[in-house]
Amino acid sequence: MQLDEFISNFADLFDDTDASEITASTNYRELEEWSSLIALSVIAMVDDEYDVTLKGNDITGCTTVEDLFNLVQSKA
Amino acid sequence: MNYNPFSLNGKTILVTGASSGIGQTTAIECSKMGATLVITGRNAERLQETFTKLESNNGDHQQVVADLVTDEGVNTLISSLKKIDGVVLCAGRGCTLPFQFASREKFDEIFNINFFSQTEVLRLLYKKKILNKEASVVIIDSIGGTKRYSNGNSIYGASKAALLSIMKFCAREFAPRKVRVNCLCPGMVETPLLHKGSLTEEQLQADVDRYPLKRYGRPEDIAYSAIYLLSDASSWVTGHDLVIDGGCSI
Repeated sequence: MQLDEFISNFADLFDDTDASEITASTNYRELEEWSSLIALSVIAMVDDEYDVTLKGNDITGCTTVEDLFNLVQSKA
Repeated sequence: MNYNPFSLNGKTILVTGASSGIGQTTAIECSKMGATLVITGRNAERLQETFTKLESNNGDHQQVVADLVTDEGVNTLISSLKKIDGVVLCAGRGCTLPFQFASREKFDEIFNINFFSQTEVLRLLYKKKILNKEASVVIIDSIGGTKRYSNGNSIYGASKAALLSIMKFCAREFAPRKVRVNCLCPGMVETPLLHKGSLTEEQLQADVDRYPLKRYGRPEDIAYSAIYLLSDASSWVTGHDLVIDGGCSI
C-alpha cells in the first residue's frame, strides 16, 4: 500500500479543493470543503480500494492524511 | 374488565427478522397481547433467545431458522406454516454509502434482504392461502427513502420506497379477501442496525437533536403500532403508511 496512491484516492473525493492542497501532513478536517458526506465517502473509498472497514470515529480520531493512511495500513 | 380492542387473542402472527431489533421486540410484545407466534430469522442462537422471551399464554409458539434471501430458506419457512392471521415483515439491514459508491453489487445485497426476501414471502403467503381472510400484513418500512433523504442512505432508502409501493399495490389486490396491508415508517430506532459505526457519536447526537421529541425511537414504540395494525381495532385501515418518528419528518 502506497502513501502517494492513498493521498491521490483521498484527494479524488474533493471537488473544490485542488489536489495540490492535500498532502501527507494535511489536517483534512480543517479543509473548507470537508463535510460529513466526504467523511462517508472516505469510508466507502477505503472499503472499495483497501478492503478495510473504517468507522466514523476513526475518521475523527485521525488528524492528518498520513495518520489515516497508517490506520488503514494497520487494519489491512 | 376484559375490554381490549387491541387484543391479539386467538391470532397466529408470523414475524420475520425476529432474532433482533424491532422484529424481536414486536414478537415478544405480540405474545404479551395473547398472540401465538411463528418467529423466523437467520441466526439460530439469537432466534432461540427471542423464543425463550415469548410469553407462553398457552400459545403454541414456533420458530423457524431460515435465510429468506435464499429460495431454500423461503421454502423452509413457507412449508412449515399452517394458517396465520397476521405477518410483520421486519427482516432488513442498513447501509450507509454515498451514491457514487452505490454499486450494483451493493444494491443487490441490500435489495435482496430488504425487498426481495420480504416480497417473496408475502407473495407466497397470499398465493398459498396461508393468510386467513381478514388477516393483517404489516411491513416495517422507514422514513428514510419515503420522507427523509439523508446523505449516504440511497440504497437503503430506495429499498424502503420500493416496499412502500408494493404495500399500496397489495392493499388493493388483497382486499377481496379482506386482507389488510400497511407500513410502519419509523425514524431512527435504537437497534443493533443503528450502531454499525459509520457515523460518529457526535453526528448521532446532532441527529437526535433534529427530532422534536429529542430522542430516537425504542423498539417498543414500533411494536405497539404493529399491535394496533394487527388487531381488529384497525380493521378499516389498509394501504396506510404510519409514520412513527418523534416528529422528525414534520
